[in-house]
Formats: sequence, C-alpha cells, structure tokens
Amino acid sequence: MKFNPADMQAYSIEVDHLTKKFGQFTAVDQISFKVAKGEIFGFLGANGAGKTTAMRMLTGLSKPTSGSGMVAGFDVIHDYEKIKTRIGYMSQKFSLYEDLTVKQNIRFFGGIYGLSKQEIRQKTDAILHDLRLSEVASKLVASLPLGWKQRLAFAISMVHDPDIVFLDEPTGGVDPMVRREFWEAIYEAAGHGRTIFVTTHYLDEAEYCDRVSIMVAGKIEALDTPANLKKQFGSQTMNDVFLKLVR
Amino acid sequence: MIKVFRAFIQKEIYHILRDRRTLLILFGMPVAQVLIFGFAVTNEFKNANIDILDHAKDQTSSKLVRHMTSSGHFNVNRMLVSEKQVEEGFRSGKTDLVMVIPTDFSKDLYTYDPAQVQLIADGSDPNMANALVQYARVMINDFQQQEYKEPANPYQVNIETRMLYNPLLESAYNFIPGTIALILLIISAMMTSLTIAREKEQGTMEILLVSPLPPLLIILGKVAPYAILSFIDAVLILVMGYFIFGVPVTGSLVLLLCLCMVYVITALSLGTLISTTSETQQDAMMKSLIGLLMPSTLLSGFIFPLTSMPEVLQYISHIIPATYFIEILKGIMLRGVGLEYIIFEVSVLLFMIVAFLTLTWKKFKIRLE
Repeated sequence: MKFNPADMQAYSIEVDHLTKKFGQFTAVDQISFKVAKGEIFGFLGANGAGKTTAMRMLTGLSKPTSGSGMVAGFDVIHDYEKIKTRIGYMSQKFSLYEDLTVKQNIRFFGGIYGLSKQEIRQKTDAILHDLRLSEVASKLVASLPLGWKQRLAFAISMVHDPDIVFLDEPTGGVDPMVRREFWEAIYEAAGHGRTIFVTTHYLDEAEYCDRVSIMVAGKIEALDTPANLKKQFGSQTMNDVFLKLVR
Repeated sequence: MIKVFRAFIQKEIYHILRDRRTLLILFGMPVAQVLIFGFAVTNEFKNANIDILDHAKDQTSSKLVRHMTSSGHFNVNRMLVSEKQVEEGFRSGKTDLVMVIPTDFSKDLYTYDPAQVQLIADGSDPNMANALVQYARVMINDFQQQEYKEPANPYQVNIETRMLYNPLLESAYNFIPGTIALILLIISAMMTSLTIAREKEQGTMEILLVSPLPPLLIILGKVAPYAILSFIDAVLILVMGYFIFGVPVTGSLVLLLCLCMVYVITALSLGTLISTTSETQQDAMMKSLIGLLMPSTLLSGFIFPLTSMPEVLQYISHIIPATYFIEILKGIMLRGVGLEYIIFEVSVLLFMIVAFLTLTWKKFKIRLE
C-alpha cells in the first residue's frame, strides 16, 4: 500500500477474503483490499471477471457467501441496509427517468433518500447551477444530449452527500470531450473527500485513478497506482498491463 | 417513511400522465369495450333481409308475408320465382333468411293437414342463423293462431316462461360484469407487471434497490396508483352500465365495491408475480396476454358458458380469478345476494392472493441472494 499513507488511516472500504459463489461457480474468489477516504479507486477487469458481482456485494445488493467487509463504516453482511444510506450509485445503463423532467428527477431521488423539501430545493438549485442546466430544468431528460444526462446522473447520485460513490462504467458510449469533462467532475467530487469507486472499459481512464485493481477470473491479480503497475509489468500503458494480465 | 412513499407515488403519477398509451389503456379501453360490447356485439337483429319463394301466391300466403314484415325485424329483400335462386342471396350476402311457402299452403292450413313452411338460413353464422330461425318460427306460430282461432289440438300444454333477474334477456346484464372483471385484470395485472418490468429494462430498478428504499415499499409504490386507477375504472364501468344500458346493482353497493378491491388485489399480486419472472416489458406483455387475458376472456364463462366446455377446460377455468369474480358480480348486481351466498368465491380469491404473494416473495428472495 503505497498510496498517500496519511489518508490511509481512514478507510472507506475494507474487504477481507470476500467471496461469492453461485452453486459450484465461484464468481468472486476471496478478494481483499482497502480503499482510502477521498481516493479514486479504479476497478478493472474483463467482462465476466466478477466486477459486477463484487460491486453488488459492496452496495448491499448481494449477500457475500463468505469473508467480511466494511463499507462506509458498516458491515456488508449485517448492516447492508445502513450502507445504502451512505453510498451513491450510478450504473452502466443510463440511470435517470427519461420521461421525467430534470427537476422532477432531482426531486424524486432527493425524496427517496429522505431529504427535506428545503434541502431538495437547495440541491436542485446547486445542481442546475453547477451543470449550467437551469434553462432545461423543466425539459424531459430524454431530450438532453447523452453527455449532459451522464453528468446529471452523476450529480443526482450524490444528491444525499454520500461518503462513497460507485460508478459502474459511467462513461460508456460518450465522446472523448464529454469523458474528459466527466472525469473533471469526478476529481472535484473526490476533492471534497468523497471516495470514488469506478469501473471502466476505457483503459486510458485507468490512468486518472489514484489506484487501480485488475480482476481476472474472480481474483484481484494486481493492485497499485497506475505508475507502479506499469513499472511492475514493464509496460508503457495501462492497456498493455491489462492485456498481459488477462491473457 | 410516508414522505419517501409520497415522493415515489408522485413519480409514478408523472409516468402515467406522461405516457399517452397508458392513459389510453386506462380510460379509453374500458369505455370502448363497454360501448362495443353494448352496441356492436349482439345477437339481436333488426331488419334482417328475408327472401320469399312463394309457390302458393294466394291471399293466405301474402298475408303470412305481411305478418312477417309487420314486426319490423324482417324486411322482404326479394320475391323469388324458382328454387334455383335460393342460394343466390346467401352467396352475395344480401339475404339472411329464405322462407319457402308450398303450393297447397292455405289448403293445408284450413283442412287440418299440417301446413308446411320451409326456412333456410345461413349456417356459416350459427348464432345468427339460430336466432333468425327461432324468431321466424315464433312469428309463423303466431300467424297460425291468428288465422285459425281455435287450437288445432285442444289438449295443448301452454308454456309460460319467466326469466328471473334479467326479464328482457338484455345482453348488457352479462357483459357489464364480464367487462369489469377483464378491465380490472388488464389494468391491475398487466399494467403493474409492465411498469415493474420497465424499471428493470431501463436499469432504474438497480438504482432503486441500491437506495435505502425497502423492496416492499418499491413494490407497494408501483402497485398503489394502479390499484386506485382500476378502482376508478370499475366505478366508471358500473356507472356506464347503469345509465347507458340499465344494468342495476340490486345488492349492496358497499359490498360490491369492497369485493372489487379484493379482486384488484388478487390481480395486483398476480401482476407482481409476473413481473418477478420477466426481465423486459415485452416479456411481461406476452405473459400477461397469453397467460391471463386470453384464458380470462375465453374460459371465465364471460363469453362461452362453462358447463358446455370440455372437462379439461373447465378445470382451467377454475384457476382463473375472473371466473369467481364474474360470479360474485352477477350475484350482487343481478340476483341481489349478500355475502353468505358468495362466500365460496370470495374465499377462493383470498386464497389466491395469499398463494400469489407467497410465490412472489419466494422469487424475490432468490433474486436477492
């Protein structure tokens, strides 16, 4: 663990030998890692490597078969309902309601996280202002360009000020310009002490992460800063590192 | 928690109001279905075209023809001159019925020999053909009685019939209860399974499950608006039945509405069960249409009488909620009975609710593991 030792005292995520089996098949095989508060943690792996299953366990959607873990200070096995109040989540599928307006989406998600009317109003103003969406506040989300929608979905996933935000391939299908903007938003969120747990298919994006883990067949095969990983595998790019591990 | 629930319901209302197709199904369909069943699908006929092949061509035979048309139900289309022309009218679709009067019709009629009249109908539409022949037969008997004052046989059995609960045999008395049962099923079961499947298909279900909302609240929030809407529809159909077609509610209105709610809950639990087994809207739609709507329309006793069905189909009809609900509706609306007469049907619906919810809960748990 070489990442910024000062911060490492406060972990957002700590898992130890976390395992998930579906019958005979072991989807996630004894993974152990720690994520520091305010860290941008890249969670990489080929399709079917067990990323989604691992993430489902961390977000309280799926019960681990064995192992233990703490997310946002709560136990993943017993207190998963409490975890849900402290995390934000944005999935690979677009995760807002297209047939609701921008404002209605913010109000709905604020509402289900138990925000008061006043808090919702403040959040709505802040989000509309930050994303420069005031003019389209009463337009249906379906009418916005994809890049705007993704930014909005990210902002809404943090409407209740969560400690950790899980982003499941958040930049899928958007153009490089928008991806850049999106990563700026991620940096800003992390700058406020928020932990970002992000999966991605774009290996150039892995370079933006503080640390990166790479999953192969249910196990974490590598975990370090992008620079150290490249050194370790003698590669120029993260893409190379990834290919060497996956093959 | 109530605040959270309200936010959820509000979102569902936005969904419903914004989707024209949903609105059309919710309010257009019940109205259309009642009106179509009421005005278009009926075995009653007016101005049926009748061709007449009159071999007798005398005073009596033309009197009979006049008698037939006097009712307003028959309209003489053509006077035929030969047997060969009989089928022409049917082939071109201009004729509904042909009446053949033999040469010695009047002679037979006044001389105690049985007078004969032949009726030819188009059997390719059996219901219509039956109705026409029945009616023509009544008219001819009537004519005979008029012409021939004293009865041919003094020892006749006079049959007097009385149709209880529906004296005029109005078809509305049957289709209003049937339509309520179907519409409530479509809205409660199909619409809820669709709306839950939509959240899954669009990926928003993940977001809801990751949020602190308890899964039970998600399901309740999805079904509650549809429960209320289907209840409104039930009332709408009852009102239309009463004011447009004169279908009464002779029993207790309160009991009727309570049992409508029981049936709505049965259908909703069925809808959530369907949604747990389907990942896409199309999937949910197919399951609802084939597994629910078709059997409920055909096998609930709404269109075809249960007693004349083959045994296998009768068994199937016993597992369809609509079968029991139609019985309940007819009991309360037409026969005016109280709960004690329909307690069996009500118990079956309650049992079904428990069974469907248990199955749903099991499926749901498996998904979470």
